Order: sequence, then structure tokens, then C-alpha cells
Amino acid sequence: MSKTDVTRRGMLKTGAIAGAGVALPTIFTASSASAYTNEPTGSSVTLGFNVPQTGPYADEGADELRAYQLAVEHLNGEGDGGMMNTFSSKALKGNGILGKKVEYVTGDTQTKSDAARASAKSMIEKDGAIMITGGSSSGVAVAVQGLCQEAGVIFMAGLTHSNDTTGKDKKANGYRHFFNAYMSAAALAPVLEKLYGKERRAYHLTADYTWGWTQQESIQAATEAMGWQTVNNVLTPLAQTDFSSYIAPVINSGADVLVLNHYGGNMVNSLTNAVQFGLREKQVNGKNFEIVVPLYSELMAKGAGKNIAGIVGSQNWDWKLEDEGTKAFVQSFGTKYGFPPSQAAQTCYAQTLLYADAVERAGSFDPCAVGEALVAGDSSLPGISSDSNKGFLFDGLGNGQTLYRSADHQCFKDVLVVRGAENPSDEFHLVEIVEVTPVAQVWYEPDHPMFAGGELGQCNPGA
Amino acid sequence: MLGLDKKDTTLMLVVAALALLAPFILNPFPEGSAMAQFNAGYPDLMQRFAIYGILAIGFNILFGLTGYLSFGHAAFLGVGSYSAVWMFKLLSYNVIPGIILSVIVAGLFSVVIGFISLRRSGIYFSILTLAFAQMSYNLAYSVLGNPSSNFNLTNGETGLQVYASDPQILASASAPEVPHLFGVAMRSSYQLEVGSWLFTFNAGYYLCAVILMLSFYVSVRIFRSPFGMMLRAVKSNQQRMNYTGLHTRPYTLAAFVISGMYAGLAGGLLSTMDPLAGAERMQWTASGEVVLMTILGGAGTLLGPVVGAGFIKYFENIFSKINEGVLHQWFGFLPDGMESAVIWVVEHFVGPGWHLTLGLLFMLVVTFLPGGLVQGGQHLWRLLAGKSRKEEHAKTETQSTPAE
Repeated sequence: MSKTDVTRRGMLKTGAIAGAGVALPTIFTASSASAYTNEPTGSSVTLGFNVPQTGPYADEGADELRAYQLAVEHLNGEGDGGMMNTFSSKALKGNGILGKKVEYVTGDTQTKSDAARASAKSMIEKDGAIMITGGSSSGVAVAVQGLCQEAGVIFMAGLTHSNDTTGKDKKANGYRHFFNAYMSAAALAPVLEKLYGKERRAYHLTADYTWGWTQQESIQAATEAMGWQTVNNVLTPLAQTDFSSYIAPVINSGADVLVLNHYGGNMVNSLTNAVQFGLREKQVNGKNFEIVVPLYSELMAKGAGKNIAGIVGSQNWDWKLEDEGTKAFVQSFGTKYGFPPSQAAQTCYAQTLLYADAVERAGSFDPCAVGEALVAGDSSLPGISSDSNKGFLFDGLGNGQTLYRSADHQCFKDVLVVRGAENPSDEFHLVEIVEVTPVAQVWYEPDHPMFAGGELGQCNPGA
Repeated sequence: MLGLDKKDTTLMLVVAALALLAPFILNPFPEGSAMAQFNAGYPDLMQRFAIYGILAIGFNILFGLTGYLSFGHAAFLGVGSYSAVWMFKLLSYNVIPGIILSVIVAGLFSVVIGFISLRRSGIYFSILTLAFAQMSYNLAYSVLGNPSSNFNLTNGETGLQVYASDPQILASASAPEVPHLFGVAMRSSYQLEVGSWLFTFNAGYYLCAVILMLSFYVSVRIFRSPFGMMLRAVKSNQQRMNYTGLHTRPYTLAAFVISGMYAGLAGGLLSTMDPLAGAERMQWTASGEVVLMTILGGAGTLLGPVVGAGFIKYFENIFSKINEGVLHQWFGFLPDGMESAVIWVVEHFVGPGWHLTLGLLFMLVVTFLPGGLVQGGQHLWRLLAGKSRKEEHAKTETQSTPAE
């Protein structure tokens, strides 16, 4: 038996509860009084360094973290100031960022999108990080960039080389200093032509994930444009450690160049296998058999040992460059850690300084204002006539004159073509610079087919 | 209450209290204090506690009751995640269709996998489920996820996410551009400041908490039902049941599908809290993690899996973030030489070394508390409550307990 008494008091009560229920969403969303996510209110500001500390890219992650710690020291006015002294923008004073002391939290991406996002989320939600930076894999960078866009903080990408990061997955809150697969290919192709000729038959082994695909696509397009043929492209699982079964078919394929679209431990193993199979001594079609590794790093060269000698690839930066920025950075990194920095370290250090500088110039930590300062501007790279040649032009961070392009938040700068040294004098001289490819040669329009499909969208300050 | 006996009602109330008061319970240390490092009361981790709790509850229905050890539950988690994100892409950011579809798809998926795998038992069953999960992972990672192919179901390594160009046919202009429940964004939180404490009440967490309580309730009902009894019988001696003329496979298949749906629900919720589904969710390590959670907490107990899930997620998210800088703060009071020595030792157990700490704890628990953390809790409770062993012995001796 139920009894329904409708009383004035009861009605009021129900009304009040229903009203509260309707008002709930506004209470929830209007809770934060600040103008943007994690507005720093105290005397310090927290940055989030999200790097792989375990997994296949742990070496790169460790070097990135060293660079971040160095950058924080320099921003806070400790140490010798590194590239802050050579940086063309003089907004940074060595008193933190906007007078606030820089603090940081670290996290482990495990080179997994999920784990990286969880780690970044905890930095934003728990530690109040105002900016997230890092990553040593394009999948992770894209995933974390998406998260930062939703959460309303700035993402300064670390080592990510896939075209997608500033291509179809670009986001208004995400910024990349590192070069990409297209630039690698554009820089490498002329050198390959000069070294190996126009009539070559290439066989690709490609790591089976986002980065591998865009890398292979870029190299294939660039080499075919100069007359090479592509015999085959075989995808290899990322977790693969023994590539013998992939190398054997190359020998009888009629190809005379092997392109290894691999990175990190993958590349070390596949290159070692290829050399063990005697590919480098082989003669095919009356030519010497050659191996190309599009994306290079000192860390990989160290892993591959002697096998790397004479093998050509590209790099974003190398510590042996002669400009003032590089010298200053290598000096202070070497003093602190006892060995020269890798290119991963340089890009992460540069990104941290660029962010801090943008905040100083914007006079606010508001991600939209910072973003404006990072890429907006009318300065352009000399020698390139294009409507999209617009953004923030700077110098002195190791890569020469560099443009942070406003159209897609990608940096444009010279690209290095490098080669494994034949007789390295010590373990720090495993790679020698073949050519510094000028930026005009690696320039592309933001609507290039390999980058098309994405939208920056609107900058999101969160809250 | 609700068809539960007194003991279960208490248990249910405890779970409800824990779930609803989690923002207070998990943030015991004031902001800015040295111990704030150990606070776990931020939305992302609380959501993970609840979601992995649901996953472990579901896993326990299969493993705890029937004894079938599945090494492939991550596949259902992943399938659920992808389903939910596809709903966001096609319909709208409202979470309801996503959650419903994730349960349905994971259910269908587990019928297929269960139908094949359950033809074998023991280690062969485990290997079969593992094989299916790895297969799903590889499909999601590369075969079905190449962005340049026409059929890009999972978006490979990058993970499936929502783009501005997606249809979202039911999306209304007023709704937020993030997953929401009828306008309440999952990421929105209300922050309560009490003195120097800060408590965060997150909309998404409370959705998870409510679903966790429902899941727990359903699980209790299954444990106490004749169906649950049948599953226990399968665990103790399946052969004997077959000899009596009883066909056990429908029961085990039902248990498998129910637990698969739980996993799908958890996956859907993961996507709901963070609309990106990565293939790593399906990797064998993720399947292994569920097994660890259940065993660590106590397989076959009602509360154990939830405790185990919370434990592992706490380690993964809190211990992994203690870096050298933090250690220097802690041990700064020691003399220089000793400080670096202590830090050198501790360093291997925190930060990237959190796996090591977890492994050691797991070994200790399995060796000394075979019943999991719940058993440890019971020991502790008995000590605290002052109930002497004798009393209990006397009780059990006069009583004849039915065999488990």
C-alpha cells in the first residue's frame, strides 16, 4: 500500500532538490575561479616532464630528462646559463619564469599512449603542471598532445619524428621543435643521389606503426622522384628483435639499397643482422649494395658499434656543430654530466627555453597568450617565398635560424645529413656530418598531402 | 536489503562508503606538505581505482568462482574501449551509448572466444585466451589500424581518438566538446578547500563509483545464487559433475561472458574518462595485470579484487613519480656520503623501478598471505578486535562447517 500525500512542504522540498539537480552542472563547471587550467598562484610554477623511463626508448628518455633538469637550472639562474646566453630573444632573465621559481615533476610514459596519458593527467590534475613536455615516440606524442588540448595546457613535443604530429594530428595547444619524416627525406634524397646515383632499386623494412609508415612514405616519395625504384616494403613488428628472416629475402630481391625505417633498438638489431648477412660486401646490378637509415642518433650509433660505419642518415642536431648555441649547450651539458648531449636532449632543452621565453614575452601563463607568443608574428625565413612563411623567428638554440611556423606549429630549420664514422676516435665521434641541408630545401606547405587532413582548431585555455 | 543477507549488506555498505567518500579517504595529507606526494585523491587515479575495480570484480567471477584462469581479459577491455570511442565519433560525446555498446560488443566478443577456448581447461584454456588476446592486440596495433588504408578501425599505435571532422550526428551545439553525461562534462570537478586540505569531487569519478557499486552488487548476487554455487562446483571438481550427467559448459560459458562484459564495461568507462583508446590496453601485460590484481587482493573473495586493483594502480601512479629530486628532499638531512648511498638504494625501488617494489610485495603476499590482502586484513581485524584465537577455535569446533 502506498500513500501519496501532496503537501506544500513536500512540494517545496522536491522542487528544491530538483532545482539543485538542474543547477549541478553549473556548480561543477563554474567551480574554478582561475582564467585557465592550473594558473600558478604561488611563488613557483610547475612543469611536467613526461619521458619514457622504461621500455625501448628508455635511453632517449634518460637523456631528455637530463636536458630538462639542465634547462630548469638555467631558467632559475643556476649554472652557466647555457643557450640562454646565445638565444636571440633576451626576455629570460634567469629568475625563473615571470619571477616564479621553476619546479618540475617527472613521469614515465613507458612508450605507451595509455600510460603516457595517465602520467600526463596526473601531472595536470595532481601536481598542477602548467605545461607538459617530452615523449620519445610519435604515437605517445600525438596521444599526449590530444590530452593537453582537452585539458587546456601547452604541450611542447620532445623527440617525435612522424609527419602526423604536426600533420593530421596537429592541435592548437601542441608545438614541435624536432624535424619530421618529410624533412628527413627531403634532406637525404639529394645526398643519396650524389653518393649512389639515380638508378637504384630500394627495399624497405619498416617498423609497423605510425612513425614507420610516415617515414617510409616520405622516403619512397623522395627517392622515386629522383628516379629510384621501390622493390618492396615489408612491415616489421615493433617488438621484433631478430630480423634475419626479414633480411634473407632482400638478398634475392634484386634490390641494391636497403632502407631501414627503424629507430632505437629496432634499428640496432636490423642493421646488425643486415651486416651479418654480408649485405655490405655484396654487388648487385653491378653496384655496391648500400644501407640507408633515415633517422639517426648517437645513441643508436653507439648500440650498433662498427656496423654503423659509412651508413647515411639524417639528424635534427649534432653536438659537433660549430655555432655558438651548440657550443654553449654542449659546454654546460658536458660539465654537468660528463658526456655530450644527444639530439633528443637538445630538442627538449630548446623546447623548455622556447616555452619559458614565450611566457615572458606574453607576460602570462595563459596557454592562449603563450601560444600566440610562441608562433604568432610576421617574421619569416629569408629565401623562401610562401604565404605560410610566417611565425616566430629565432636563433641561437643550436640549429641556426629557425622559424616556429604559425600555420601548423612546426619548427623549420636546417637538417643534418650524417654518416657513421669509418674510424671513430672515441665513442662520442661515431657520427660525422656530411652536409647541412638548408631549410629552403626541406620546406613544405602546410597543406602538403602528407600533412593534410588535420586542423589546429582553437586554442583551449581550459577552465 | 535488496536480497542480501546481513553480512553482505554490511559489505555492500562498506564498499558504497569507500566509493563515495574516496575523495576524502585518498587525500589524507594537506596540500604542500612533504607527504602530499602520497595523496591519491585526484580525478584520474580515482577513476582508475573504480574502473580497474570493476574489471577485477568481473575477472573474479570467472577466476574466483570457476577457477578458469583467463589470460586474455585485456582483449575485452580493449574492445570495449574502441566501441565507446566509435560511439563518440559517430553519435555524440554523450557517454551512455558508448558504455552500452562497449558492454554489448565485449559480450559478443567473449561468446566467440569463450566458445572456442572453453573446449579446453587448465593451462590449455589459459594459453588459448592468451593467444586470442595477442591476436586482437596485433590486429588493433597494425592490421586494422593503418591510417592510410581504407579500413582504419583502431588507428594503430597512435590510438583511436575523436577528430573535429568526425560525423557525431547526435551532437548538439550546447553540449561540451568532451565526454559528458547529459551536459555534465566527465572532466569537470568541484574542489573543496578545508584548511590546507584540498578535496576534489569529479563528475567522471562519481559515474564510475556508481557503476562500481552496481557491479559489486551484481557480483554479490551472482556469488550467492544457485548459479554461483554451480560455478563453485565446477571449480572443485568438474569431472565429477560431468559424470553425474550435468553439462557444465553452458555455465562456464555464461561466467566467461559475464566477466567479459564486465571487462568491456571497464574499457568503455576508460574511454569515457579519457576519449582515446590505445592498442596497449590489449597487450598481454594488461591481461597479466588483472590476474595480479585478483590474486594480490584475494581470488574468490568479494572485496579482494577491488583492493588488489587499487593497490596496483596506486603503485603504478604514485611510486613511479618519485624521482631523484624528491629523494634528495627526503634524505637531505643525512650527511652527504650517506645521503647518496641511501638514495642509490632507494632509487631502484621508486620511479622507473616501481615494478621491482610491486614484484617484491607480490612475492611476500603470495608466500605469507595466500588468501591475498583481504586475508591479511582479516588477520589484522582479529588482532584489533581482540577476539582471541581460542574463542574462535571453540566456535568452529562446535560448529560443523560445510565444505567449501
